[in-house]
Amino acid sequence: MISIQVNGEQRDVEIDGDTPLLWVLRDVLAMTGTKFGCGIAQCGACTVHIDGVPTRSCRLPVSQVGDRAVTTIEGVGATSAGRRIQKAWLDLEVIQCGYCQSGQIMAASALLATNPSPDDADIDAAMSGNICRCGTYVRIREGIKQAARHG
Amino acid sequence: MAESVLSRRHFLGSGVAVGAALVLGVDLKTADIAAATPTVRAAFAPDAFIRIASDGKARLIMPQTEMGQGIYTALSMLIAEELDLPLDGVTLEAAPANDKLYGNPIFQVQATGGSTSMRGYWLPLRKVGASARAMLVAAAARRWRVAPESCRTEAGAVIHDASGRTLGYGMLAASAMLEKPPAEPKLKEPADFRLIGRSHHRLDTPDKANGVVQYGIDAMPPGVRFASLACSPVLGGRVARVDELQAKSLPGVKQIVVLEDMVAVVGDTSWAAMRALAALDIIWNDGPLAAVSTETIRADLHAAANTEGHVAVDTGARAKLSGDGVISAAYELPLLAHAPMEPMNCTVHLTPGHCEVWVGTQAITMAQRAAAEEAGLTPEQVTVHNHLIGGGFGRRLEVDGVRKAVRIARHVDGPVKVIWSREEDIGKAPYRSVYGAWLEAKLDNGKPVAWSHKVVGPAVIGRWLPPAYDGKIDIDAVDGAAETPYDFPASYVEWVRHEPRGVNTAFWRGVGPNMNVFATESFIDRVAHEAGADPLAFRRSIIGKLPRARAVLDLAATKAGWGDPLPTRSGRGISLQYAFGSFLCTIAEVSVADDGAVTVTRLTTAVDCGTPVNPDGIVSQIQGGMIFGLSAALHGEITLVGGRTQQSNFHDYRVVRMDETPRIDVHVVTNAEAPGGIGEPGTVSVQGAVANAIYAATGVQLTRMPIDTALLAKDRRA
Repeated sequence: MISIQVNGEQRDVEIDGDTPLLWVLRDVLAMTGTKFGCGIAQCGACTVHIDGVPTRSCRLPVSQVGDRAVTTIEGVGATSAGRRIQKAWLDLEVIQCGYCQSGQIMAASALLATNPSPDDADIDAAMSGNICRCGTYVRIREGIKQAARHG
Repeated sequence: MAESVLSRRHFLGSGVAVGAALVLGVDLKTADIAAATPTVRAAFAPDAFIRIASDGKARLIMPQTEMGQGIYTALSMLIAEELDLPLDGVTLEAAPANDKLYGNPIFQVQATGGSTSMRGYWLPLRKVGASARAMLVAAAARRWRVAPESCRTEAGAVIHDASGRTLGYGMLAASAMLEKPPAEPKLKEPADFRLIGRSHHRLDTPDKANGVVQYGIDAMPPGVRFASLACSPVLGGRVARVDELQAKSLPGVKQIVVLEDMVAVVGDTSWAAMRALAALDIIWNDGPLAAVSTETIRADLHAAANTEGHVAVDTGARAKLSGDGVISAAYELPLLAHAPMEPMNCTVHLTPGHCEVWVGTQAITMAQRAAAEEAGLTPEQVTVHNHLIGGGFGRRLEVDGVRKAVRIARHVDGPVKVIWSREEDIGKAPYRSVYGAWLEAKLDNGKPVAWSHKVVGPAVIGRWLPPAYDGKIDIDAVDGAAETPYDFPASYVEWVRHEPRGVNTAFWRGVGPNMNVFATESFIDRVAHEAGADPLAFRRSIIGKLPRARAVLDLAATKAGWGDPLPTRSGRGISLQYAFGSFLCTIAEVSVADDGAVTVTRLTTAVDCGTPVNPDGIVSQIQGGMIFGLSAALHGEITLVGGRTQQSNFHDYRVVRMDETPRIDVHVVTNAEAPGGIGEPGTVSVQGAVANAIYAATGVQLTRMPIDTALLAKDRRA
C-alpha cells in the first residue's frame, strides 16, 4: 500500500511502487486530466507539481513521492498562480486541441509562482520542455505575461 | 481548362448540394432523426442538429470533429446566428456515426479534414438554424394570432413588438414541433449578423483548462483493462516467435495476446502493460520490405519522375519550353510523422452481437465500419463514442488503430483500452508521403511565358475516398499546382502517381498543397532571380486574374516591411497561395549563422478566407498552422534503414518548441465572400516562405526539406 497526497487529499493505492505517478493518477485514481505524451520526459504533457516544483510524472516512480504534496491540473485552480494562468488561457483563447495544455498550465503556473514577472528568456527556459503540436506558443507566452500583469 | 479541375469543381459542387438536402432533413422523418441521434428527448428537435428542451436549454449536435481547430464554436455560431440563439449555456454533443444525417457536405462521408468544414457547412447549417427559427416564429404567431412577419427573434425568444409580448424558445418548443419547416428558409443578410464576423470565445476550451475534458484516451468504461502493443518494425512483417517467460512474471500483467503481425500485453495499468511488453523477446520475420531505406524510397521517387503521368492542365506550355531562357529545378519533401500530442488509442468492449468503441476519430463512420469488419459484425452492431481529439492533423482520418484495437479486444474478456506508446506512434505509423516536383519555366523579356510543373506523389484521396478519384488525377495531389495565383500564358501540369514502397501514407496537415505551394513558390523566386527581379515585384507583375491574391500579397508585404534593410545573412521570403478556397501570403524573416544554423525570427501573414466567421479563431489557426509547418521545415524527417524507421520519440523526431517560436503577426482581410478553409493554409505557407528567405539571405536555394544547415555554412558557399 502506498499513500500519496494529491490536491490536498490523502490517497491510498495498491500498486507496484515502480509505477510512475502518471499512471497511478490516470489508471488507478481515474484522474485523467494529467496526460501521457511521450513516456520519456520529453514533451511535458504529464507535468504535475511536487511541492510546487514542476515535475514530469511519467518518469517519477510513485514510491518516490513520499509525503510531498502532489498538485495536478484538477487542483491547480486552487492556487493563485494556477487560477490566474487558467483565466489568462481562456481570456486569450490559448487552447486549441488542449491535450498538452494540462502540462502547459502546470509549467506556467509553477513559473509564475516563483517568478512574478517573467521575461521572454524566463518563459523560454521554463516552457521549452512542453511541446504543443497545435502550435499555441505565441499565446502561451502572452498568457503568462497577462497572468503576471494581473498578479 | 483541365478536366481534373472541372471534375473537382463538379464533385465539390454536387457534394454541397446533396449534403445540404441531407442535413436539412427534407427527406427524413423526425422519427428517423430522433432514432439516429443519441440525445435525450427534447421538446423541439426539428432536424439532426438542434434540440431545445421546454426549459429553454439548448443543445447542438456537432457533425464535425473538434480537434483543436475551433469548429465546434464556428459551426455553433452558424446555427445560433440564424436561430438567434444565445450561445452561453448551450451544450454541444458529438454526432453519432451516421453518414446520411451527418455526412460532410463535401466528402459525403462523416469526416473532418482538408479544411472543408466551414466550406461545406456554411450554407447548410445556417439553413438549419433559419428553418428552426421559422418554426418557432410560426408557433408563437399562431398562439398570439398575429402574422409571423410581425414577429422578430432575439436571444432565444420570439418577440411581438406591437403587443409587447415575448415567448422564450423553451415555451414554444413543443408547439413549434407541429409547424412545417419552410421550403426555403430565408437567411440573414450579412449586415444583420450578430455573431458571424465577431470573435467569440470558444465553447470547448473551459473544460480543457481544468482537466475535465475527456479525450478518447481518457475513456474509463467500468472494468477496463489497459493494453500496450508492438507492431512489426517493418511494414508487412510477421511475428516469428515470442518468449513470454520474463514478462509473464511481472506484476500487473493479465494477458499476452500474440497475433500474426502484432503482440499486445494487457495489464492492470498502462504502465504494467508497457513494462511487460518491453520485457518480451519478440522475433520478427521482416519480409521483403526490410530492403527499403530512405535511399531506395528517394531513388524510386526519382525513377517515377521519368515516367509519364496524367495531365491536369495543358494550355500549350510544352512547345514553348525550349531554347534560351528555360530554367528548371526540382524540389522534394521527405516522409513525416503526425505525432499528435494524444498518442493513438482506442478502447473496445466486445460482447456477443455488439461492439462498443471509445475513440477520437476524424472519420467516425469509417471507424465504425472498420470495427464491424474486424469484429465480424454489421456496422449497426457497433457503437462508436467519438471524443474531442488531442491532435488529428490527418492521422485520425485513418482507422488502422481501431482495427488493431478490435483485433486485440477479440481475445480479451471485458473492455480494453489500447494505447500506442510514442515509439509505436512515430515509428510504425502511416506517414506523410515523400513528394517530388520537377518544374520548368521560360523567361522572355523578364516574364514567364511558359510554366511546367510535374508532381510525383501518392493518391491519398484515391485510396481514402475512392468516389472522388477518377483514376487519372488525384485532386489533392495537384492542389496548389493545377491552379496558382499567377497568370501564366501557357501552363502544363502533370501528375505521376507514386506510392512509396515500405510505408503506408496518409493525409498530413496542409496535404497536397504542402508540396505544390512549396515547389511553386520556391521556383517563382528562382525564376525571379534569373530575371533579375525583386520577388515581390515579380509576383505582382504576373497576378491579374485573382485580385484577392494580389491584395494579400500587398498587405503582407506592407506589414512585414518588405524592402526595409536587414543585417547581413538575413533575408525575407514570400510564399503566396490559393488553396482550400482561401488566399494567403506569408513573409518569413530569417537569419543564417556562419555555420548554417537558421533562426526564423518573424512570420507575417495576410489571409483572405472570405467571410471570417470567428476572426480570432482564424488568427489562432494560422499561428498554430505555421508552427506545424515550421516544425517540418526546421526538423521534420522520418528516415528508414532496413525497412525500420529510425526515429522513435520527440528527442529524435523534433518539433518546434517555445524557444524556437518566432514573432507571428496575422492580418485577416474582411469581406463577404463565402468562407474558405483555414486549418491547413498556414502550414502550407511556411516552407516556401522560409526557403525563399534563406535564398535571399545566403544566395542558396534549398530544394529539399527539412533545412540542411550544412548547405548554408558560410565557407561552403560557392
